[in-house]
Amino acid sequence: MNAGRQTTLIAGTCLALSLTACVMLLRRVDRIRPRATLEDVLYVDSPSVVRRASLGYNGLAACIYWTRAVQYFGHRHFTGADTYNQLAPLLEITTSLDPHLVAAYEYGASFLAPPPPHGAGQPDRAIRLMEYGVQHNPDDWRLYYDLGFVYYMELRDYAKASDAFARGSRVSGAHPFMKVLAAQMAEHAGDFATARMLWTATFQTSHDRDIRQNAIEHLRALRVDEDVTNLQAAVTRFGERTGRLPSSIAELAAAEHLPGVPVDPDGNPYTMSPEGRILVQNPDNFSFVTQGLPPGYKPSPVPKFHNQG
Amino acid sequence: MNTRIACIASNTFREAVRDRVLYNLIAFALLLSGAAILVGLISIEIERLVVINLGLAAVSLFGVVIAIFIGIGLVSKEIEKRTLYTVLSRPVRRWEFIVGKFLGLAGTLAVNAFFMAIGVFAALLYVSHKFTRPDALILLALYFIILEFLIVCSLALLFSSFSSPLLSAVFAFSLFVIGSFADDLRGFAGMARGLTRWLATGAAYLVPNFSAFNVVGAVAHGQPVSAQLVLHNTLYALFYTAMALSAAVLIFERRNLK
Repeated sequence: MNAGRQTTLIAGTCLALSLTACVMLLRRVDRIRPRATLEDVLYVDSPSVVRRASLGYNGLAACIYWTRAVQYFGHRHFTGADTYNQLAPLLEITTSLDPHLVAAYEYGASFLAPPPPHGAGQPDRAIRLMEYGVQHNPDDWRLYYDLGFVYYMELRDYAKASDAFARGSRVSGAHPFMKVLAAQMAEHAGDFATARMLWTATFQTSHDRDIRQNAIEHLRALRVDEDVTNLQAAVTRFGERTGRLPSSIAELAAAEHLPGVPVDPDGNPYTMSPEGRILVQNPDNFSFVTQGLPPGYKPSPVPKFHNQG
Repeated sequence: MNTRIACIASNTFREAVRDRVLYNLIAFALLLSGAAILVGLISIEIERLVVINLGLAAVSLFGVVIAIFIGIGLVSKEIEKRTLYTVLSRPVRRWEFIVGKFLGLAGTLAVNAFFMAIGVFAALLYVSHKFTRPDALILLALYFIILEFLIVCSLALLFSSFSSPLLSAVFAFSLFVIGSFADDLRGFAGMARGLTRWLATGAAYLVPNFSAFNVVGAVAHGQPVSAQLVLHNTLYALFYTAMALSAAVLIFERRNLK
C-alpha cells in the first residue's frame, strides 16, 4: 500500500471513529441532563423583537416558530405535563411574524383552550389569539367558527359564541350552518344536540385527519354523556316511583320500556354501581367523556383515536 | 452592449463558475428536499408555506452571500494578481471594467437563482402534487430577489473599488442588514427633531430599502402584488444600482493603481 492510500485509510478511520465517539458522548450528556433541552426555553419572548431580528424573513421564522409550538405542545402533551407556559408566547410570536398563518390560529386555539390533560387550559389566551386572527383575516369564516367554538366549549359563554358565529355568517362564502349555530346558541346553548352539531360541523368542514378523528372522539363521548345523563334520570325516576334503586340495569331498562340493555358506541352495556350510579365499562375508550366515570378515574393524557369508519 | 464590457462580464461569469460558486446549488437542493420531507412529519399544515418561505429565503441569502463574497474581490483580486494592469493596458476604460464586472456577477447570480427557482417549484410540486394559479406569484418574489442582488452586487463592487476585501464585506453586509430595517429607520427619523431629523432622514434614504422587495410572505399566501409596486421597485433597484456603480466608477477612475 502506498503512502497516500495509507494516509487516506487512517484519516478515514479516524474520522468515522471520532464521529461515532462524538455521537455516543452527546447521547450520554443528554441522559445526564434530560431536561436541559430547548423545549422550555424561549430566549426572546417579544414578538416585535423576533420580527425585527428575522431580517425580513418573517415567513420562514413564522414556520420555524409554528413547528416549535407544535413540537412543544406535542411533547408536553405526550409526557402528560399539566403546564404549557411557553405555548401562548410561541403562538403569539408565530402569528405576529405571519398574521396570515391560519393553521396557527385554528390548531393553536385547540391546543390552548381545553383544560389539561387535553390542552393548556388557557381559553382566555386562545380567545385573544383568535381575535388577533380574525382582525388580520376578516374574510376567513372558519376563524369565527373556531372563536365561537372556544367560547361555547370552554367558557360556556353562549352569548359571545352566538355573536362569533353571527359575525362569521356574514362573511362572504361562509358555510350556511354558521347562521344556524348562531341561532342555536341563542336558544338551546346547553343542549347535547348543539354540541353534537358543532362537532359534526367540525368533522364535515375539515380535511385534516387529526381534526376529523378528534371530532369523532368528541361525538362518541357526547353520545356516552347523553346516554349516562338519560339513564341517571331514569334511575331517579325509578327511585321516586318505587322507593328503591333498580337491582340491575336490565330491571331499569324493563321499567323504562327500553328495547334492551343500553350499550355504549362500542356495543358494551352500561353498568350500574350498588349506589345507583350509571358507569361506562371501558372509560379509556372514550377520551373526552365527562359522565359515567368510575370514582377516582384518571383519564389518559393522550386521547385514544378510533377508526373514522 | 459594448463588446469589451461583454468580454469582461463573460470572463467574470466563467471565473465564478470555475470558483465552484454554483456548488451552493447542491446545498440548496439538499436543504429544500430535506425540509419538504421533514416538515410534513414534524409540523402541521405548513408544508407548502415552508417550501416557499424556505426556498425563497435560501435563494435570497445564498445570493446575497455570493454577491458580497464574490463582489468584494472583483477589483481587489485583480489588483493583487496584477491581472488588472493587463486588462487596463488594452483599450479598456476603467468604467467599462467596473460595469463588466458588475454584469458578470449579476449574470452569475441570475443563473444561480434560475436553477434555485427550478428547485423551489420542484419541491412545491412534491408537497402540493399540482401547481395552482397563485404559485405563479413566486416568480414575482424571485424577480424582486434578483433586483435585491443587483443592489447588493453594486454595493460590494463600490466598496471593493476603494477598500480591502475584509472591510468591503463588513460594509456590504452591514448595509444589507441596515437596508432590511430601512422602514424602521425612516420611522425613527420621523420622530426626531431639527438637524437630527434631517440627518437621520438623509441616512434613511441613502441606505438601500430592502424591505420593499420582500413580498415572500404575501406570495406564500397567494396574495397579489400590485403592478405599481413592481414598477416602482424595478425603477428603484435600477436607479440605486446606477448610483452605486457611478460612485464606484468615480472612485476607481481616480484611484492610483501604481
